[in-house]
Amino acid sequence: MSEIILGLEGVGHSYDGATEVVSSFSLGVGAGEIVCLLGPSGCGKSTVLRLAAGLEPLQKGRIKLRGEMIAEGESRMSEPPERRNVGLVFQDFALFPHLTVARNVAFGLSGLADDQRSQRALEALNQVGMASYAGAYPHALSGGQQQRVALARALAPQPSVMLLDEPFSGLDARLREQIRDDTLRVLKRSGAATLLVTHDPEEAMFMADRIYLMQAGKLIQSGPPAEVYARPNSEFAAKFFSNINELDGIVANGAVPTPLGPVPAPGQASGLRVKVLFRPESLDCAPMNGATGRVVLPATVTEVRFIGVARLIRVLAGPEDGPALDLQVRTSGGYAPEVGAKVGLSLDPAQAFVFGPA
Amino acid sequence: MADAVQSPVQLPKLRRGFGRPSGWTIAAWLVAAAVATPVVTVFSHVFLPKGDIWAHLYETVLGSYVTNSMLMMVLVGIGVLIVGVPAAWMVTLCVFPGRKFFEWALLLPMAMPAYVVAYTYVGLLDYAGPVQTGLRDMLGMPDGLHWIPEVRNLPGAALMLVLVLYPYVYLLARAAFLEQSACVLEVSRTLGCSPTKGFFRVALPLARPALAAGAALAVMESLNDFGTVQYFGVDTMATGIYRVWRGMGDPEAASQLAALLLVFVFIVFGFERWSRGRKSFAHTSSRYRPLPRYHLKGGVKIGAIVGCSLPLLLGFVAPAAVLLGWALNHPEFWWRASFLFLIRNSFIMAGIAALLGVAVAVFLAYALRLHATPATNLAVRIAGMGYAIPGTVLAIGVLLPFAALDHTVDRWAKATLGVSPGLILSGTLVAVTFAYLVRFLTGSLNAVEASLGKITRSMDHAARSLGRGPGSTLWNVHLPIMRGSLLTAGILVFVDVLKELPATLVLRPFNFDTLAVVTYNLASDERLAEAAGPALAIVLVGVLPVIMLSRAIGRSRPGTGGAVEGAVP
Repeated sequence: MSEIILGLEGVGHSYDGATEVVSSFSLGVGAGEIVCLLGPSGCGKSTVLRLAAGLEPLQKGRIKLRGEMIAEGESRMSEPPERRNVGLVFQDFALFPHLTVARNVAFGLSGLADDQRSQRALEALNQVGMASYAGAYPHALSGGQQQRVALARALAPQPSVMLLDEPFSGLDARLREQIRDDTLRVLKRSGAATLLVTHDPEEAMFMADRIYLMQAGKLIQSGPPAEVYARPNSEFAAKFFSNINELDGIVANGAVPTPLGPVPAPGQASGLRVKVLFRPESLDCAPMNGATGRVVLPATVTEVRFIGVARLIRVLAGPEDGPALDLQVRTSGGYAPEVGAKVGLSLDPAQAFVFGPA
Repeated sequence: MADAVQSPVQLPKLRRGFGRPSGWTIAAWLVAAAVATPVVTVFSHVFLPKGDIWAHLYETVLGSYVTNSMLMMVLVGIGVLIVGVPAAWMVTLCVFPGRKFFEWALLLPMAMPAYVVAYTYVGLLDYAGPVQTGLRDMLGMPDGLHWIPEVRNLPGAALMLVLVLYPYVYLLARAAFLEQSACVLEVSRTLGCSPTKGFFRVALPLARPALAAGAALAVMESLNDFGTVQYFGVDTMATGIYRVWRGMGDPEAASQLAALLLVFVFIVFGFERWSRGRKSFAHTSSRYRPLPRYHLKGGVKIGAIVGCSLPLLLGFVAPAAVLLGWALNHPEFWWRASFLFLIRNSFIMAGIAALLGVAVAVFLAYALRLHATPATNLAVRIAGMGYAIPGTVLAIGVLLPFAALDHTVDRWAKATLGVSPGLILSGTLVAVTFAYLVRFLTGSLNAVEASLGKITRSMDHAARSLGRGPGSTLWNVHLPIMRGSLLTAGILVFVDVLKELPATLVLRPFNFDTLAVVTYNLASDERLAEAAGPALAIVLVGVLPVIMLSRAIGRSRPGTGGAVEGAVP
């Protein structure tokens, strides 16, 4: 990884002095890297962002910018936001309503001659494709346009760190994808170390070089999106990214026997009660006569939902030796069974996760 | 930044950081302390009594002061409810000719200072006034009409106050009825409530906290009133304070009385706060639709028109017409340079107070926004309580500490420098401006806080992250956005200062006359026609905020419009 630009070390925070909303949290963002703080609402991810921005005084731990201390909990030292050289983008965009788009963007460009300021503001607007709206007022812009201006405004002073707090959640779904795509490119080109807060796993996977998954103020798992998705380290991490199928089982000789065949459980003691989790797309569903070489569990289709690129199929599997299992399958192929059809299920054991009792 | 980096484990040091008691917070506490000084002064005198004062007051005048003040409170409280509530009910929930006009016109009496209304009615109803003269001519009874009621008594004074104070109840009641509106009232009608039944069983109980708050505000104003009761010769605590101070030259006794009056005020004030606190329970639905209105017919319709016309007529049209008549008949009293001089005096003073009031309000509200600690919040709330302090009490509370300060400085200067600088603060514009600031900060503070509250926090954060400090953020972001509300706040203070009488009377610099003071002095000397010019000037300026209020009402739904929130503290 490149040089760490923004570093948080053992950061903790409490609003009421009693319960910590963030506790011993550490993270590093490199130059040109996009890190997503992901988690359910109230998990403390926005607080981490506010601490990094200097909007909250630091209570515990250290925050460094390019290796220089900008806040330290122990000595109650905390540089105010105006001296941190960070760019902030908000969920509500927070454009100044009394200034034109150009003057909004020029707002953070101090210490420059007037013509240089407007020059730089225009360049920033050009980056996001909003230069033709320079003279407009924010209220005349659509949500997507406001988001672009907010991005240009934060980028104009060329901050070394960009902080984005749910920057796309104010936009409607179709527009969101487009803006997300554009934003990603602009951020990459700027070379700033970016910390983006979101509660949307899909968004995090799309945007992030690395994901920091948080729960109840603590870091659960961090890593590149593919890794966090494919190798969750906990039940919470596994469940956060998609719907999930869940089976109970007991470890026997390094594997968990399930109606879908044995799932390896390396390192787990025999006799341990565990949960076997697997994503809907890890489950294969084929006509009963198909031969896959894996264990095939007979099941009945109870529901089929078409969602564009894929089908969500719900099945009821009735293993001979236990209660019926209600499972979800996600297929992207052309196979589209009818409700009531008899199908055979098979699981890729490599894509199943085994977690012991918490 | 660099110095912090080299020694990360150094001793704690104070920095201009976020979340530390900054200069803003400390300054806010100082302002609050200054604003609280008059009240503290007055109360502190209760605890150092000079034995015989109370005994003397008690034997002579205290009984009648207290009785009269309490009677006044009761009469005004009942009166404003009787006038204000039905009017608000009719314009918000009924349909009758002129409804839209009455909706805003019913606020017009707010522009009238009570003492001006009082002296126009004396002029109107006196033996030589147009009413008696007209009736005598009409009825052919040259000996006079003894059945014409005398207004120069306590019920008369209460009536005068009701005529100009009912808009408080009207405004709050109207807002309350609007809030209930569609959701609850429609249900009550589908459940078979007639309009009258719906009013008594649903609307009135739901609006009760708002009505209580409105009446409490009016009662507080009646405790504050000095001009009307003094002119009518009714002895209340407010006039008592003035008389004891000016007549007996006894500031100790005056402050004792002032403390007693403050106790009354705080009871009403507490009641008003408590009523408002209960307001929140009413709103179970946040949906607002155009109101389903009752279409009035026949006699009820005429009743509604009369019911809305009377307060307007008696509280504004009649007194304004009388003033206008006097002013037009006697242009020689005001068509001259000294009148312009008078206007200039008043406007300068009101202008300074307005600027200062808005500036301090912005400062306090922003300090609270920067560091919303309980201590700062308390400081701002204390600073915002000034409207509860009656003008005469305030005058005593300002006069005593300022005089003490002046004498200290004087003594010190004489002792060390050998010269006497005289009185620096008391008897100057500083004292009277400070009194205005204390009393009228509430209105501007409410307007500014409401307006500031509408600016999202992320605006602050955006500006800060773009390299601007708190001051620069306030100047470049908040102030431009709040421009309109600041103007409104300023106008409210301006008008209140123009109307203010008792504190001005006591604290103004020697020979410094204002419109209010001249109006009062001339009216006291029974030179009613001469007083018309300055009185009319006050009323004309006073109409300004009423227009703003009615415009806010025109486009209002509940909870909108800083002007409305500012006008009713």
